[in-house]
Amino acid sequence: MRDRDLDRRGRVREAAMHEGFLRHRNFRWLKIATALSLAAIAGYGFADVTPRPNGGSWYGYTLGTVAVLLILWLTLLGVRKRWMTRGRWSLKAWTSAHVYLGLSLIVTATLHTGFQLGWNVHTLAWALMMLVILSGIWGIVAYAALPKALSSNREELTQTQMLEGLRAIDRQLHEAAQPLAPSQAALVQKSLEQNVFAGGLFRRLSGRHRGCATAKALRGIRREGGQEKVQSLLERKSGMLARLRRHLQLKAMLEVWLYVHVPATFALIAALTAHIVSVFFFW
Amino acid sequence: MADRVRIAIVGSGPAGLSAAARAAQLGLSHVLLEKTDHLSDTIYKYQKGKHVMATPSALVLRSDLDFDAGKREIVLGTWDDQTAKHKVNVRHKSEIKAIEGEAGAFVLTLTDGAKIEAETVVLAIGTQGNPNLVRCPGASLPHVQYQLDDPGEYVDEHITVIGSGDAGIENALGLAADSAQGNTVTILNRSGDFARAKGANVKLLNEAAERGRITIRLETTPAEIRPGEMVLETRDGQETIRCDRVIARMGSAAPRAFIESCGIEFSSPDREAFPKLSPTFESTKPGIFVIGALAGYPLIKHCMNQGHDVIEFINGNKGLKPADEPLLEAKFAKFRARRSVDEWLELLRSNVSILNELSPLQMREFMLDSEVRAYKPDEVIFERNDPGSSLFAIAQGNVLVEVDKDNPRITVPIAQGSVFGEVGLISGRRRGATIRAGENAVIVEVSRTAALKLMASVPAAKRALTRISIERQLLQMFGSGLTAADLAEVIDASEVLTVPAGKHIITEGEDGQDIFVIRVGSMIIEKQVGGKPVFLNYLPAGSYVGEIALVNGGKRTATVKAAIKSEVIRLPGEAFLRLLKAKPRLLDKLRADVADRQNINSFIESRKDSFSGVVDMYSATAGFLIENGIGEATDVLLIDENLCVGCDNCEKACADSHEGLSRLDREAGRTYAHLHVPTSCRHCEHPHCMADCPPNAIHRGPDGEVFIDEKCIGCGNCQRNCPYGVIRMDSVPPKKPPIFAWLLLGLGPGPGEPNKAWKYKDKKDGVEKPKKAIKCDMCAGIKGGPACVRACPTGAAIRVAPEKFLGVARLERETD
Repeated sequence: MRDRDLDRRGRVREAAMHEGFLRHRNFRWLKIATALSLAAIAGYGFADVTPRPNGGSWYGYTLGTVAVLLILWLTLLGVRKRWMTRGRWSLKAWTSAHVYLGLSLIVTATLHTGFQLGWNVHTLAWALMMLVILSGIWGIVAYAALPKALSSNREELTQTQMLEGLRAIDRQLHEAAQPLAPSQAALVQKSLEQNVFAGGLFRRLSGRHRGCATAKALRGIRREGGQEKVQSLLERKSGMLARLRRHLQLKAMLEVWLYVHVPATFALIAALTAHIVSVFFFW
Repeated sequence: MADRVRIAIVGSGPAGLSAAARAAQLGLSHVLLEKTDHLSDTIYKYQKGKHVMATPSALVLRSDLDFDAGKREIVLGTWDDQTAKHKVNVRHKSEIKAIEGEAGAFVLTLTDGAKIEAETVVLAIGTQGNPNLVRCPGASLPHVQYQLDDPGEYVDEHITVIGSGDAGIENALGLAADSAQGNTVTILNRSGDFARAKGANVKLLNEAAERGRITIRLETTPAEIRPGEMVLETRDGQETIRCDRVIARMGSAAPRAFIESCGIEFSSPDREAFPKLSPTFESTKPGIFVIGALAGYPLIKHCMNQGHDVIEFINGNKGLKPADEPLLEAKFAKFRARRSVDEWLELLRSNVSILNELSPLQMREFMLDSEVRAYKPDEVIFERNDPGSSLFAIAQGNVLVEVDKDNPRITVPIAQGSVFGEVGLISGRRRGATIRAGENAVIVEVSRTAALKLMASVPAAKRALTRISIERQLLQMFGSGLTAADLAEVIDASEVLTVPAGKHIITEGEDGQDIFVIRVGSMIIEKQVGGKPVFLNYLPAGSYVGEIALVNGGKRTATVKAAIKSEVIRLPGEAFLRLLKAKPRLLDKLRADVADRQNINSFIESRKDSFSGVVDMYSATAGFLIENGIGEATDVLLIDENLCVGCDNCEKACADSHEGLSRLDREAGRTYAHLHVPTSCRHCEHPHCMADCPPNAIHRGPDGEVFIDEKCIGCGNCQRNCPYGVIRMDSVPPKKPPIFAWLLLGLGPGPGEPNKAWKYKDKKDGVEKPKKAIKCDMCAGIKGGPACVRACPTGAAIRVAPEKFLGVARLERETD
């Protein structure tokens, strides 16, 4: 068999197997981040600062500088993701580094505080950073747990196809409901007017849809023993709705943590600016 | 009393129209016969507002009619006006039934019974052909029609549509669309499903049937048509239904049979063959000339030029040089030797053996799609592992093949007149060896299209190429110091077999010693373990199989079947055994290959005992990928849905790397065990999209990518031909403001493909942008490689060659 490992310019081709961002290059960034954290801890133990470990000591400044540079660099992931430039970079490697170096901030930045926490702008910066990190951990958990469910639920259907399917069944419902009694027709009408995207974030995330017009219509028509065709159409619609709602729920769950992570990052940068300016101003 | 003219021109497309205009201009008595009631039916049938392109741009237009790229309406309008201005004698609704007689006194019989006498005939009927007719009693009744112009015309009728293709389904849907029209629509399908039609159409049809709008009758054919009713032949016997109108959409027959009935010979029985023509477009029937798409020239400009030229030739202008003369002159201009174009063509034709039988006209056509280059001694022509599907012919000098990849000094020469590069042409895989010029050489590089055309029109060239390619493939594959002479016996006894997808070439447990070499396509090897077929290996074109039983004796140890429609070379076992006796080094090589393969087999079998589930999954995944056409892919995007968070950053990155249009649809496509094959180009070995590209705008690039260049005319053939639906037709959106303007100031639509509203809002007034075919080019020329893979935040997206992905390493990792 032919050797196709190398392309024409002798570059090694991308790996022939999938490797997630957590395992990237055999946990390269986990190793680097661990080394960084251990070095920071060791330094903390050995550094001879008086009267006690403090953000204003030489070691404190060192850790603080490292942490602030890291924070700024970690923020740049948002730019990297959207700025499609040429070059041999991989967003997966960036994500991997982002995750592990971000986690290592727990060590570096906390050591930078010298455990002197209080009710002030300095601790606010630290607290916001911890909020960003915690929301990030939430994100990692979501990324690890949900994609499989998203894939299984959609069963090769795209979101557009799901919506088209609903519209198609609505058209059939509309026609099949013509001979119904007014009370039943009203139920079907409510189901036809239903907007799957309505209901807000909480509803979408919780996956609970009490008062769903289609479910109501199905119950009502079953109770009154309405046309079998309408019933079966409503049953099918309920099934499709359930799938689409689960799809939207999973997608929302994969994204919702970012609505904490990103704004908190900007708040963090603002607090950090205040922290740095105040420290130098009141030196 | 029949009309009598000097020239009868059949067909009023660009070629026929241009010819008629020339005849009118020269004052020759003529008639232009058009089947329909309007000119240029093929272009007339384009959708409204379609942008018609004018390629090749380098070619000068030589016609009495004007033509420039623009909207369909403008192009047709110009022609209508100028046809009238030139006083062209057009006869509408004149479909030709037969052409009889000899040069100087032809009689053309029309379907309406009229007869026209003509001294010469110009056939410019294109390749669209005539609709297939209903063949049952009553088929000629007036309510049987073959076209539906406006579905809104018919009210309260019982209408039966015959045909299971897109045209039939679309007609049926159109007739049933508005319930207020009150039509009762039935569609008949001879087979049990609508396999030939687009999925979306079938879905709409089934939906309409569910709503009671359309009655679908499967496995049903018309038995008799009577006024007001129709007898159907169904699975359960005959049945009569009410029927006021029959619309038959059963495809169309190529016009070849008609042309042959006029006494015109084709160059070969191949489907792609064209009529044999002289340099003045005269067919083998003296007095009948063939031009346009039917002559093998599908582009409008070519057609119009030929229309002009053919009338000049008929009128006795023998000195006229074809309009493509400057293009050919440019190809030869770089050579120091001053030869005329005709001398060059003659030199190439006589020196290269596979070109010997070409006519001067074919030679011109051939050279337009080919390039001639001079090489100094030791200059490299192509390198091992270069992608490429063109064929090279040696017009002067010779070349050296580096047969050993580690030692470039070991070479085998190929002499003047012969060809090389045929493996790339036939299998679509990368080049197997580096080739450099031996002495000063003149080499013709023949594009894949030109080479295929050549093989279709010259049977001798096809035979010669097949033999050479088998010989070279065997030499390259087996190495071991073999020479062409050693292989002669085996090759004489060999045969090339076409294997449909799924068919076995070797079945486990059967007797057999033949060796099979995969020439086109790919194979999979399976073995029954514990009562289930287990996937062992994937073999791309250029590999061979069957050596275990030959070397070790005994029954076949595994089953080999085609992953896609493939071509294999069968080498008879006895002849091969004699070769092995004479060549012990070859036997050693085969023994080593056998050992390798048996290692893999026993590894998988051993894993099967302890990791039965994993091995089953490995087999099933391989099966799924092959079912989805991975067997013909060279590079495919695979998404692991255990990792994919659905952010669509791959699509956005694709759009941002390519003029704002995404060439992939992440969500669409098939999935098995969370392995997703999105709708994205697989860069097939033999791309279906290349099959019918009028301007020859689709190529395989230097990194193996199949791409569409700027010559695209937006005809949509490639989109229709792609079985994987990865080509879209769209116009390029306006340029977006830079990303930082969006990030900081919110200007523009942000990353990814802009939505329609933004595209529309930002469009400049009055500038109609043509829709062109858009597909993945593997981010050729972009440093860093495919943007979709680089931009995936979680590592869910990879691009791989199938044999790498299907390799045993995957199983090794999962069972460690």
